[in-house]
Amino acid sequence: MEELVEKKVVDAGLDETIKKLTPQRIKEVVNRVLTRENAARLQVYLDTCVHCGLCAEACHTYLSRDNDPRFSPVGKVKETLWELVKRKGNVEPEFIRNMARIAFTECGVCRRCSMYCPFGIDIAYLLLVVRRICSLLGVVPQYLQDTTNSHAATSNQMWVNQDEWIDTLQWQEEEAQFELPSARIPLEKEGADVMYSVIAPEPKILAQLLANMAIIFKVAGEDWTMPATDGWDNSNMAMYSGDFEIMGRVEKLHWETAARLKVKKIVMGECGHAFRGAVYDGPRWLGWQFPPIPMVHAIEYYYDILSTGKIKIKEKYKEPITVQDPCNTVRGRGLGDKLRYIMNTICEDFRDMEPRFEHNYCCMAGGGTINCGPPWKRSRMVSNKVKAEQLKETGAHVVCTPCHNCHSGIEDIIGHYNLGLHVKFISELLIETMEIPEELKV
Amino acid sequence: MYEFARGPLVWIAFIVFFLGLFYRLVMMIIQSRKDKVVLPYIKMKEGINSIAHWVIPFGSRNMRLRPAFTIISFLFHICLLITPVFVLGHIVLFQQSWGISWWHIPEQITNIMTMIVVVGGLFFFLRRIGDPTVRFVTSWSDFVLLIIVLAPFITGLMAYYQAFDYRTVITIHMISGALWLMVIPFTRIVHMLFFPFTRAYMGSEFGYVRNAKDW
Repeated sequence: MEELVEKKVVDAGLDETIKKLTPQRIKEVVNRVLTRENAARLQVYLDTCVHCGLCAEACHTYLSRDNDPRFSPVGKVKETLWELVKRKGNVEPEFIRNMARIAFTECGVCRRCSMYCPFGIDIAYLLLVVRRICSLLGVVPQYLQDTTNSHAATSNQMWVNQDEWIDTLQWQEEEAQFELPSARIPLEKEGADVMYSVIAPEPKILAQLLANMAIIFKVAGEDWTMPATDGWDNSNMAMYSGDFEIMGRVEKLHWETAARLKVKKIVMGECGHAFRGAVYDGPRWLGWQFPPIPMVHAIEYYYDILSTGKIKIKEKYKEPITVQDPCNTVRGRGLGDKLRYIMNTICEDFRDMEPRFEHNYCCMAGGGTINCGPPWKRSRMVSNKVKAEQLKETGAHVVCTPCHNCHSGIEDIIGHYNLGLHVKFISELLIETMEIPEELKV
Repeated sequence: MYEFARGPLVWIAFIVFFLGLFYRLVMMIIQSRKDKVVLPYIKMKEGINSIAHWVIPFGSRNMRLRPAFTIISFLFHICLLITPVFVLGHIVLFQQSWGISWWHIPEQITNIMTMIVVVGGLFFFLRRIGDPTVRFVTSWSDFVLLIIVLAPFITGLMAYYQAFDYRTVITIHMISGALWLMVIPFTRIVHMLFFPFTRAYMGSEFGYVRNAKDW
């Protein structure tokens, strides 16, 4: 029975903010979001759901918590939207706090459940509507809100200043040149074929990934550039905190930067949510049906350079390795086959996961959940039980994660469940295995 | 009462049913235009592809994960939709009233089909009580809807087997049938109308926009 009693997580972003809520304010915001910001989808989804519970087994939080009904996708909607609609927004501040806990920390908006609902109800969208309400009420986990604030103030997720950004790129250019003297990170090169954009954690905490890319681009013979101005960050946590105004600003700047540099396309690093924000949610908020310039995810780019022979593999990676299908690039772009082509080309002993492709379990780190920060980590780990089992069953020693959120999330899982695995990006595997032509080494 | 149920009530029921569905359809289209991100992404091919995978038994992973539920659910829905249209008793009434008739399914078979609906409904009823996940999201209205759906089938069977007073039973059968038709557009049973649209939209978002499968 002990497990049933959950300790209440202390988070100033929820506990302190609900003290300022008034019944009128709650009602006003709820009605604005439900009746003015949303229309057909919300109405039809709420009327069509027959409360059958068939979505339950789609959710890793439900499966990980021994089929606890409160964690089924429909259970989460019941405890949030159904109540809001039924009570016409007349709910108490504590209800909003619970709503925020469910929508931000117990759902990764990975959309696996919409593949299990017979009607194709976009349950993740419904949870995003809940997040939107929370955001307008100012009730957002503090760490997540901080990333949104950073987006608002600096146009990147991690408070990176422009001088730090340029300095990091120059530092990593030197690091790359240590391996490959001809490697460069060309800044502000107008008319280049490719603008490469990354998420802010790369310059902030994973800077070596930038040097890796300088080497990969050099070997592939790519004409590429990176902006020296704001707009280099393609991440977008505002999309997940429910602050769609900031989300729109971030995406607009990112696309305008590419347009200013007159590039033919944007290639982006190994991140899933950034792809979603730049290609789907951002353009739609800005009123564009599709992005104005082609956006190529790293998986697609690596597939292209490997399949066309621009990069050759010298010696395949030996360790048993598995791969994580990220929601936003496999379920969100159908890159599963290309990802497997890459794995089989680079690695000798590739072991697939089960379930896989669109049906892969969520990492429970994306969708803003890992950005809710340390207070929620324990809860996240409990929700990750099936993911840990799934990883263990592959028998692999290494897991490749072509997504930053999956990467950090799975590192947490490995630590918590003592799985003894290592996590790698595709770019790290490429650097270890690819052939560097002699003429480039001078 | 019997005369009322046989005459005006049938008219009222059909008018409410068709006008109600039409109203819901029109409102859905108007709201879809307001919800600007729906219509531009709907594509016929991907939409139909998704619908096909979800109307063919075991066409989706979720159906394969729970074979018993899939079989019961499909039998229930097929019999529920087909039986009222092709049962001899209904066709005879149409012939007497309007002089039109169409092919009918032999009565022994419609009998079995009706029983399948009742048994299927009973299964859903028990599932709502017995499965904690479903019970958690069940409210009293779910039981009421299930009773409204099952009532015409139960009374239809009773009428066929002449249980109790035939005239009373057949009157209740007609009233419950009319009630069933009238509540469809205004309750969750409207999923009958919305299914192809929600499915086609999600199928397009997955298939056309995202190059992925949603089954």
